[in-house]
Parts: sequence; C-alpha cells; structure tokens
Amino acid sequence: MSFPTRGFHGRRRESGDAAGRIPPGQHLVDGFPVLSAGPTPHTPLADWTFSIRGGGGPVTWTWEEFRALPTTTVTVDIHCVTKWSKLDTVWEGVSVDTLLETVDDDSPYLLAFCDGGYTTNLAREDVSDGKAWVAYAYRGVAGSSTDSTGHFGRTPRQSPRVLETAPQAVPQDGEPLEDEHGGPARLLVPHLYFWKSAKWVRGFELRDEDEPGFWESNGYHIRGDPWLEQRYWGD
Amino acid sequence: MAGTAVLGRLTWEAAEVADVVDETPRVRSLVLDVSGWAGHRAGQHLDVRLTAEDGYQAQRSYSIASPPGEPPTITVERLEDGEVSPYLVGEARTGDRFEIRGPIGGWFVWKARSASSAQRTRGGGPGEPGGSTGEYDAAPLLLVAGCSGIVPLMAMIRLRASAVDATPSLLVYVSRTLEDVIYREELDELAQRGDGLEAFLTLTREKPAGWSGYTRRVDRALLDETAWPPTQRPHVFICGSTGFVEAAASALVDLGHDPARIKTERFGATG
Repeated sequence: MSFPTRGFHGRRRESGDAAGRIPPGQHLVDGFPVLSAGPTPHTPLADWTFSIRGGGGPVTWTWEEFRALPTTTVTVDIHCVTKWSKLDTVWEGVSVDTLLETVDDDSPYLLAFCDGGYTTNLAREDVSDGKAWVAYAYRGVAGSSTDSTGHFGRTPRQSPRVLETAPQAVPQDGEPLEDEHGGPARLLVPHLYFWKSAKWVRGFELRDEDEPGFWESNGYHIRGDPWLEQRYWGD
Repeated sequence: MAGTAVLGRLTWEAAEVADVVDETPRVRSLVLDVSGWAGHRAGQHLDVRLTAEDGYQAQRSYSIASPPGEPPTITVERLEDGEVSPYLVGEARTGDRFEIRGPIGGWFVWKARSASSAQRTRGGGPGEPGGSTGEYDAAPLLLVAGCSGIVPLMAMIRLRASAVDATPSLLVYVSRTLEDVIYREELDELAQRGDGLEAFLTLTREKPAGWSGYTRRVDRALLDETAWPPTQRPHVFICGSTGFVEAAASALVDLGHDPARIKTERFGATG
C-alpha cells in the first residue's frame, strides 16, 4: 500500500557491497548510538560473575575464570531496531557454545539476565553453532583507524567472520567494553536486532518455554530477525 | 504476561499532515491525521516511512509530542546530514501524505493519576502491554530533557495539564540557546499556572541579556539544586542524547535515586 510522498527523494541509497547488507527499513550510521532503558550499571570486576542456571545446577565463572576461556575475534554487522545499522564491527568475546557446552542441559530456550534487571529471551539455536558471543572488548570498525590488525576486508552478508584466538590475559587490541556499551561484558547476537545483544549480561537461565524478556514484554518482537523486519509484536 | 497474548500487527497507515508548527529554526511539529489511530500513551513513539518516486524508502522513529486522546503530533529536529528529518522539517506541508505505524514502546510511558477521558486509549495493541506499566503512577514526576529530548516528555506534561492531574512535576530542560527551546511559550504558560508543574531551563551555549536562569550543564550539582530529592521517590524520565542521558542518569543515581525508578530514552543522531 506504499505510495510516493511528494517532495521526498531520498539520498542515501547504498550501492555495491553495502546495499545487500542493510536489512529492510535500516540505514547506516557512523557513530555508535546507545539504546538502554535505564541508568548504566557499574559492576566492579571483582563482583562480576557469569552464571548458567538450569540443568545440574548453576555453573558460575568469575571474571578471571571467564577471561581464561578460549576467545574469538569476530567481525559482524549489527542492526538496531531503532533503525540504525553498522557494518564490520569487530569484537572480542567468548563463544556462547563454549559456555553452554559446560552444562548438561538441552533446554531449547534461554533468558539472558543482566545487571540493572534487563532480560532478553533467545532460542538456543539462535545462540549456538558460532552465532553468539559474550563480548568483553570492542575494536571498532574493521578497516578504520581503530582496527590495528588490518586483516579485515569486505564481509559477506550475514556471515560473521571469525578468527579463533588463544586465551589471553588482557585484550590485545580491543578496548575494554565501555560501561555504556555494555561492559564489562555484553551478549553479541548479531543476526538478531541488537536489543537481543544484552548489555551488562551476567548469565543465562535455561528454559523449556520461550518467555518474553524485557523489551519483548514491552512491544518488541519475540525473536527479532532484522531480515524479516521482526521489530514489534505481530511483525 | 502480555507477550504471550494474541496481538494485533502494527500496520503501516497513511498519515496526512494536518498542520505544521515551526517550533524553532531547526524544529517543526507535524500534526498527523491518521484514520483509525488507536490512541497512544505519553512517551511512546511512532515510525515514519517515506517513499520516493522510484520506490526507495526510508524509515525513522519519532517521539509523539501530543497527549493521549489527541491526534499524533511528531516534533522533528532537522539533522544537517539527515535524510528524513530535512524532508519533515523543510519540505513537508499541510496535505502531504506518508506512512506511519505505531504507537510503539511500552516502557518509557507515563499515565496521569486521575482517570480522565483524556488519557484513555483503545489499548491492547503492540506497545500497550498493561501489566506493571499499566497502573497509575502516584509518585511525583521528574522529567529531565536534553534539547529535542523534550518531545516525549512534553506528551507527559500535556497529559498532566489536560487531565488536570495534580501530580507534582518538575522539568529540568537543557537547551543550547534560548532560540532552540522547543515549546517555550507553552511551557512558560503551564509553569505559571501554579498547579504543581515546576520548570527549570538551563542554557549551555549562551547567556541572553537579562537571562537570570541557569547557564550550566546538567550535572550532579544542578540536579541536587533543582530536582526532587531521592526521599520523594519520584518517577524519573530522562530523554536526550546518549552523553546527556548518561550524565543525568549517573548524577541522579549518585544523588541516591533508585535506578529502578529511572527510565531513559536516548536519541542517536539518526537523520
């Protein structure tokens, strides 16, 4: 039912590589806008833990234990439901596969819980097989001056580029994640709208049912696939 | 709770520009005529979709400035490198049509205390979750606005005024210059009614001749001087740029406000 709007011409048609990487209704931004529902929590690393509840009881990592896990560097496109997209963002984190394989529980859903009370629900298949990370560092945009490695080029649509890296005591290149961007650690689930990449994440609760989290209870879609434009309830 | 209920889809609807109000040199309000608008709550937003002759489309989200019970009005700031905002602020005129869908958002919303008809909406659709956000807020209202972040807060102020709601309310509004102050006359008028709305304006880029108000950024000291103390347990709504919201929210938490009572909305510059 769309119809032309008098006087609107638009001017940001993306061409070439970028054009195929922007989901419907999204547009590229240079900056890194922040979306959150309340004040930014500031949890000292000494108090920080990551827990998986469910199965045979909770599994918990301290910050040191978490940072001793194998890490991965990924280059991904991210898409916020508020309509901005950002291509080739580079993160360091621990694969969710690494975390989930420590528990003997195959519940099909999980609820990520966070400092500040935020939650978001995810299907296990959306965070398995190299599709999700708990990120502790952000390296900026590949190819930009903030990327010191120079190894990142064009990224195929929707396919995160993944570099396996060894455990390291401190991030080598990436800046520790700023609190306002979700530090010390945030979830990274780039194939879904970015509210699923919960900031200040502290763990997963494994669930048999897919129960809505915070934004999902406040008008936003239960799954949030940007390529299907699943922004709001009923999309 | 509501997420499991059967919910209607938010469909794109044709909106016609019914009126245009120039608020400041860079900001314009568009009153929209949308048949079948199901009503909205104070603080919600809507999505705008513009279509060019060649089929190219662009979408953006805009906060709703009008109170529940009135047609949706959006107030838009022109971003110099923007794509949609220059059209809405500079080109759109009465009678023009584009698509919208909404209302959206069930978190950054406030309901007036008195059950006046002015706040009734035909709820039940997306963004109308009910539940914990559905009860009337009896606590005082603390609104902190940075520049165009005033827009969703204005819907709350207007709801409060139209509902003759006596909820003590306090606005701290930061603007670059006096000329950039959106809704200035209306805010002056509402604050002078003496019915429980207090408004503090602070200017960060100029001090006009004769100006006796604040010329400081919003920080802990300014909020300590102007805002309700934490013992009043106000409901806090903060809206503005990321840096502004971060500073204001952190300052209020430092002053002892309960983070759980602080709701934020951040405007990225998204054109």
